[in-house]
Amino acid sequence: QVQLVVPMAVVFGPGSVPGDLPRPLPFRDVQEMEISVNLRTSVTSRYEMLYRSTTGQEEAALAAATAREAAAALHPLQDTTLGSLTMYVVPETSSLLPQGINVYVGKHRSALVRAGGSLAALQARLREVAQVMSFTASSIAAALSDRAPDGQLSPDARRYLKSSLGYEITFSLLNPDPKSHTVDWDIEGAVNLYVKPVLDKLSLVANFSVDSQILYYAVLGVTPRYDKESSSFLLSAHSLPHVINPVEARLGSSAASLYPVLNFLLYVPERSHSPLYIQDKDGAPVSTNAFHSPRWGGIMVYNVEAPASRQASLPLHVDVDMARVMEVFLAQLRLLFGLSREEVPPEFLLERPGNEGLADWELDHLLWAHTVENIATVSTTLTSLAQLLDKIGNIVIKDDVASEVYRAVASVQSAVTELSLGHLHAAFQASKEAVTSSERAFFDPSLLHLLYFPDDQKFAIYIPLFLPMAVPILLSLAKIVRETRQQKKEPTKMD
Amino acid sequence: FQDHAEQFFRSGHTNNWAVLVCTSRFWFNYRHVANTLSVYRSVKRLGIPDSHIVLMLADDMACNPRNPKPATVFSHKNMELNVYGDDVEVDYRSYEVTVENFLRVLTGRIPPSTPRSKRLLSDDRSNILIYMTGHGGNGFLKFQDSEEITNVELADAFEQMWQKRRYNELLFIIDTCQGASMYERFYSPNIMALASSQVGEDSLSHQPDLGIGVHLMDRYTFYVLEFLEEIHPASQTNMNDLFQVCPKSLCVSTPGHRTDLFQRDPQNVLITDFFGSVRKVEITTETVSLDRDLAGFESKFPEEELATEPLKYAEQLPVAQIIHQKPKQKDWHPPGGFILGLWALIIMVFFKTYGIKHMKHVF
Repeated sequence: QVQLVVPMAVVFGPGSVPGDLPRPLPFRDVQEMEISVNLRTSVTSRYEMLYRSTTGQEEAALAAATAREAAAALHPLQDTTLGSLTMYVVPETSSLLPQGINVYVGKHRSALVRAGGSLAALQARLREVAQVMSFTASSIAAALSDRAPDGQLSPDARRYLKSSLGYEITFSLLNPDPKSHTVDWDIEGAVNLYVKPVLDKLSLVANFSVDSQILYYAVLGVTPRYDKESSSFLLSAHSLPHVINPVEARLGSSAASLYPVLNFLLYVPERSHSPLYIQDKDGAPVSTNAFHSPRWGGIMVYNVEAPASRQASLPLHVDVDMARVMEVFLAQLRLLFGLSREEVPPEFLLERPGNEGLADWELDHLLWAHTVENIATVSTTLTSLAQLLDKIGNIVIKDDVASEVYRAVASVQSAVTELSLGHLHAAFQASKEAVTSSERAFFDPSLLHLLYFPDDQKFAIYIPLFLPMAVPILLSLAKIVRETRQQKKEPTKMD
Repeated sequence: FQDHAEQFFRSGHTNNWAVLVCTSRFWFNYRHVANTLSVYRSVKRLGIPDSHIVLMLADDMACNPRNPKPATVFSHKNMELNVYGDDVEVDYRSYEVTVENFLRVLTGRIPPSTPRSKRLLSDDRSNILIYMTGHGGNGFLKFQDSEEITNVELADAFEQMWQKRRYNELLFIIDTCQGASMYERFYSPNIMALASSQVGEDSLSHQPDLGIGVHLMDRYTFYVLEFLEEIHPASQTNMNDLFQVCPKSLCVSTPGHRTDLFQRDPQNVLITDFFGSVRKVEITTETVSLDRDLAGFESKFPEEELATEPLKYAEQLPVAQIIHQKPKQKDWHPPGGFILGLWALIIMVFFKTYGIKHMKHVF
């Protein structure tokens, strides 16, 4: 029922046109694929490809020295609407792409692909690139994880944040030992410098609000082990799940908003437990010294260097290196949203997005998944609302509930239409509106159904009331009927 | 470690919630409040934070004027365990514990002014523990001595929760007389239910305390509390052990359970899946590379002198208006068809039977 259309342009650079083209350039082609989630739900993906050769400006851009420069030069020349992709095919022997790399994915919506000889090989490679840059079967299945039967999905599919209209991000500094460490963190500066660009880019997806706090005397729930070899303290991987809970009670979930909260904690270990390292499953210390929990947030341990002189006066002043901290926190934020780079094949080279935190196509990835998820949520909500109202006939539907339902239906229909036309941005906005309206209609406080009247209770209430009252009435009715019948038989004697 | 990872991923939940309800008021129902508080204490001890617990207590026992030991609620006559503790957070108290509020919490149809602590903000990856205690009968549970919730309403509420995917798995425990009748009508998937007694049996209380003067706990919850005291956040005890708690010899009633709606085998369900909050954790191996020197940024904001108005309270309620308000005129509706028909029948029969001539005596 839902068709996801990705408009793609495949641009052949000079010397890269395969010999076995079915038609002369330019021509259009369509590739459809069905992703089925369960017996009744399936999503069709449709890649509408336009094959053409390069323009003069694009040729000049492709003549650059490195792939990065070429991608930068090509950026102003390409279609930058959300959801669209542009692939530039370079000759097989081109030196633009490093040795062993077949695809260079730029940080905007373009990729440089090495020609593979035949058209079929090229198309296979293009399909792979297109899937990495837009959506894969598993990402769509994960978005529709409600509907998939349990056995099918990998456990990974359930860990990403659900699509929501907003998220609250809370940065907390935990200082369990204020006597030894006075920790200063310029969180405001760090948020403005590093976090804001990322959130500005993600503002298309949802509203973000950021707050921060410092907690003193907040300890981890687990005592770390002392390791003589490295003369440091170690937290093993299997004790990590128990670290979060004692801290969570102190964090204070936000009282003002109902959006999901993402907590990022920076823990400065006590002097007696410094330095503290996190061990992974194999026993090796983790380079980032951080771990995260799906749908909750992340924790990073920040070790304070031991002072040069033994007689340094306590408390030591610690100035937190916010850049290093934010590198980890932003990586955790990406992972919580599901933007990991693990599934990318090894012959791909991804351009680093820099301070923006995520590439344009990663944003698209998120938008595709969220749009599909929103549409599925709206249809489930409206169906169950309709079923509820069918079952319990005497719920009164207020006018505003009805108008929200109509609005939700109209929005979801427009979202599906926009998806089938390839307008990702419009589709996403329509799906967000649909979700807002349907949630408002479903969770309206007036729809409470305290109206269960079992039949035996109905009898029990009404019979003692009406039966005694009805006895004389019925008897008199019977008398009337008898009199009338008698009168009919004998005509009244009129005197 | 691989086994641990497997087990963590088996349950599929990422957060835990608990809804603990005590439905009876009055001093002699001390044991119901003690029941609920002991489950609250276990659940907090095993890791679920207050922000994820909705505690509904229909009456206040700790500060009840009849409590000879104020600010305490004990679970055993030796007064070993004060389940009231120092940091109890009651979300719905006293008269706020009604069937309507309970159903609103479950289904999420809450007025927008409700604070966050009174909401059940679960999602499709939440495991929810629902514990109810009070006086009950065959198919109903009494709230506040004035209303009831029936098993059909409860089952419908759970179905509404399932439709909106407000839970991943649900554990329902009820400690009342004839408790098993309350879970008979469930039909939504992923629900496991335990009850303290079968239909036709009464759940009995444990033992009275002569100093306090009332029965302190119910038997079933007493033995469940004993069982839970042995559980720590990393323990691997599963649900089958919980089913064995309180056999007939100790409890007099026969505890029952229902697992047909639950997808996993109870053998594989850890107690901490519902009573505790063990989070799935992943090591962060990636970092984002940030450019530290950005030219166009001022590191210090210029000192701004904001002209601030003197602070004053916002107008909370138009008190003057409310005091002098006339009571709202209720709209008059003509009597409905049934009433009219009934009266017409009565009048017609009266006058037919006794004759029209009596009318002048009436008017």
